[in-house]
Amino acid sequence: MAKKTTKKKTGKKTAKKKASSSKRSGAVSKERDKVTCTKIEAMATSVAKSSLAMKEPHVEIPIRSVSNMKYNAKKRILEMGTNTQRRELFNVGQARKFMQMLLVGKGCKDLIAAEKTLSLRGMYYMSLHTIEGTTEKTFNEQSESDGILEDLEVTIDGLREELHVFAKKRGTMVGNITVVDNGDEINCRRMGTGGYAIPSICEPSVIQFKECTADFILHVEKDTVWSRFNEDRFWETHNCILTEGSGQPPRGVRRMLHRMHKELGIPVYCLLDCDPWGHYIYSVIKQGSINLAFESQRMAIPDAKFIGIRSEDYDRCKLSNDVKIALNERDITRAKQIMDYPWFADKKPWKKEIKTMLANGFKMEVESLITKDISYVSEVYVPERLAQGDFLD
Amino acid sequence: MDHSRIRDHESRISLPTSMTTAIARKKTTRSKSTSKRTGATAESMAAKQREISVSEFFAKNRHLLGFDNPRKALLTAVKEAVDNALDACEEAGILPDIHVKLLQKDESRFKLTVRDNGPGIVRAQIESIFGKLLYGSKFHRMKMSRGQQGIGISAAGMYGLMTTGKPVHIISKTSRRKPAHDVVLKIDTSKNRAEVVKEKEDPKSDGLFPGGTGTQVIIELEGRYQKGRQSIDEYLEQTAIANPHAEVTWVGPTNETVVFPRAVDELPDEAKEIKPHPKGIELGTLIQMLERTESKSLSAFLQGEFSRVGQRKASDLAKVADKLSSKTITPRTRVSQLGHAEAECLYKAIQEASIMAPPTDCLVPIGSRALLAGLLKEVQAEFFAAATRPPAVYRGNPFQMEVAIGFGGNLPGDESSRILRFANRVPLLYQQSACSSFKAVVETSWKNYGLAQPRNGLPVGPLIVLVHMASVWVPFTSESKEAIADYDEIRKEMKLALQECGRKLGTYLRRRKQMRKQSERRGIFERYIGEIATSCHAISGTDPKKLYAALLKQAAKKTKEADQKLDLDGKVVAGKQLEDDEDVIILTDRQSGTGDEDGDGDGDLFGNAIPAKKKRRTKKKAKKTKKKSTRSRS
Repeated sequence: MAKKTTKKKTGKKTAKKKASSSKRSGAVSKERDKVTCTKIEAMATSVAKSSLAMKEPHVEIPIRSVSNMKYNAKKRILEMGTNTQRRELFNVGQARKFMQMLLVGKGCKDLIAAEKTLSLRGMYYMSLHTIEGTTEKTFNEQSESDGILEDLEVTIDGLREELHVFAKKRGTMVGNITVVDNGDEINCRRMGTGGYAIPSICEPSVIQFKECTADFILHVEKDTVWSRFNEDRFWETHNCILTEGSGQPPRGVRRMLHRMHKELGIPVYCLLDCDPWGHYIYSVIKQGSINLAFESQRMAIPDAKFIGIRSEDYDRCKLSNDVKIALNERDITRAKQIMDYPWFADKKPWKKEIKTMLANGFKMEVESLITKDISYVSEVYVPERLAQGDFLD
Repeated sequence: MDHSRIRDHESRISLPTSMTTAIARKKTTRSKSTSKRTGATAESMAAKQREISVSEFFAKNRHLLGFDNPRKALLTAVKEAVDNALDACEEAGILPDIHVKLLQKDESRFKLTVRDNGPGIVRAQIESIFGKLLYGSKFHRMKMSRGQQGIGISAAGMYGLMTTGKPVHIISKTSRRKPAHDVVLKIDTSKNRAEVVKEKEDPKSDGLFPGGTGTQVIIELEGRYQKGRQSIDEYLEQTAIANPHAEVTWVGPTNETVVFPRAVDELPDEAKEIKPHPKGIELGTLIQMLERTESKSLSAFLQGEFSRVGQRKASDLAKVADKLSSKTITPRTRVSQLGHAEAECLYKAIQEASIMAPPTDCLVPIGSRALLAGLLKEVQAEFFAAATRPPAVYRGNPFQMEVAIGFGGNLPGDESSRILRFANRVPLLYQQSACSSFKAVVETSWKNYGLAQPRNGLPVGPLIVLVHMASVWVPFTSESKEAIADYDEIRKEMKLALQECGRKLGTYLRRRKQMRKQSERRGIFERYIGEIATSCHAISGTDPKKLYAALLKQAAKKTKEADQKLDLDGKVVAGKQLEDDEDVIILTDRQSGTGDEDGDGDGDLFGNAIPAKKKRRTKKKAKKTKKKSTRSRS
């Protein structure tokens, strides 16, 4: 979901990145590149081979949808099934996508060979041209190439990072931790009001953790709430790391959370809105997303906990009537969908929570706590919950 | 109309006589009721009552003959002259060669010259033909011809005389050896007779008739010349379509010459004359026939005056009539002894009896091939189809319907389709919506054939529909012969013929769409193959040329397979038959891409023609209402 919002990425920044990456050889690992190249080559070779043998060329693409997704109850993450779909050249509806897939494949291979990385938008421009003898463009808009890139990722079982493509970065972090980002040491205690921007590629080859004293990670939904916590020096008083994902957290943020959780062994708590959207963000952080189920292994945090806001908070915190936002039809259907997800199915407290929200008929944002007091959320609400250990799992 | 068909040879003024008596009677009753007020007596009224001649009657009611307004008058004059010329040529077995010239003398005055290469007119007949209303060779016969009543050309002359005071000028040459007659005629409306103003034998005019014979008529008349719909140009164009054996040369007031060339070098078969069918007459007509006949016995009368009545049928009819009648009626009964009551019994007997349908060899249709030839030379379409129905009968009159359609090409795609109506090869230009053919076209469901059609409207699209009715007696709605009367039998035949053509069009359109889809398909594959070959080369180093060739071969194979699949479905098979169909002509070089007429956009991959289409439709409506309003005005 995060990928599509990627918009203009100036060439300047990319150029800078390239320069530094080649100098320090951080972002690009030669061995992994070799493997990725072989995979792309294998795809092209199979197409060429079957074509020359007068067989109709095709590519098998694992399906990225709910139908081909399983919840692994043991690992408590979403995994991709084994179902694939054939993409054929000699099929009027698929011919164009087939061609695009090979074009993106070629683009990625060129990128790897040049040891450079590009944004999703850059990748779109890289494969964009007018087909010879026609007025048709290879891609009409970026969303087309983004989708194809995801197809390519699952087809060759490689990650976007391995293909040297990254999304626009989103999400910020402060707290009692020092990281090394492409050789630069970054002390997240000294990030001022802006915080450290979490890069879109957070692989160990780029980011290493140097020193961490934090006890836990508090992930909040939006920048506004994050700023509140940062200004109140919450991370200092409670000895934690404070992250924010601007709504649905992008891959970089999720990867970062996953790595900190796994490598540093600290728990993750989420402070999200009380609405189906917030619930789904929690679900993505915890189990992985449906669209990127193939990456759950590297991103999901099954032990993440949900602090709030919860439906009961309206009465518990004695909030005013003004904070209520009526549920619309879409919210209701979405909430029911979420309730039926297998990973929520056996969690009674969650079912109860969603049911209460539906019964109330309204949703609430984290910001609604401001009506109590400007710093109510950072000084009362979260500390109380943490002290009581009152989470939804 | 029908009842006026059979009439005594001498009593060609019988129509006005009956009319005058009717008028006289009316007047008398009125005079009685109003006598108190005006003080007029029956005697003083009687002094004012006198006979009205046909000519006078029509002079005052010229709209009945199609001279309602200056523009229409001009067209009617041309029409009558050309129809007569064509009829004369065909009857004499001469391929018609007709010259029409219109000279504008001032704003509203025109000099019309129509010349043919027909057999000419013998001197003695000239006055009667051009100077007398209701004089002609066609009225008394049951024979297919353009003219019917014999009022056309003389009415045109009369109109000219009335509006400009100029007499009709006729030059006729009947033989190569004889010099041409040059006659100037003036019609005396009160006497229904022509007066010769000037007369001479003029060998100088022989140059007008290179073929040795022919007739030229010059009429000066008031009128208004305008191009476009319902114009002389349109009339001549349509005449050329329906008469592909004729060559028409037209010189308009702007002095430009248009030649409608001959497309068929064969004259149509001569139409046979038939006697009326018993089922087609009314009681009054029967009584008149009984009074007039030269036959002595009833049997002889029935056999002699009607078609499809033999000795046996005659005696059967007499037997049934005898049962109904108080008097004895036998086949040998004298006709003169049959009174009104007996005639009525006879009439009833005829209605009850089953009598064989009238002979149909009296009909000469234009023929599918000739129709197509005519349409082909005047209409820029890509697809042509024609259908000729077998003869049928309405009210005892045999008739035959023919339909031809043209589609696509340069025809305008966003308007209601055009209907060309013909009756015995004569174009009908006025009162389209009153015509049976219009109703038949509207009632045909063109949507089934892939055309858009608004409710109760004409189909919309690049379509032209030609409807021709051939009959010994075409039932017009009025004397000016503008619309075919709406008989169920006629409309049914029209619809059947329209459907036959429509089915062929539907097959063609479906196939054209399929073919477009196939080529689009092939196009899609071929478009991407190049990209794939270069990409594969860049990734894995495969020889791009080899790969390209292999993929191209597969693409061709793939689309070919699809074609074969269609074969099994039977669609393409039907298409092949279309090519073998004698009544269909397809001009692939006129195929235009714009004729995508049907609304479903399932096959379009890149086009988004649907919103544009909606726009078009609203435009159409606007145009249509405009057209309607002009029509009603005229």
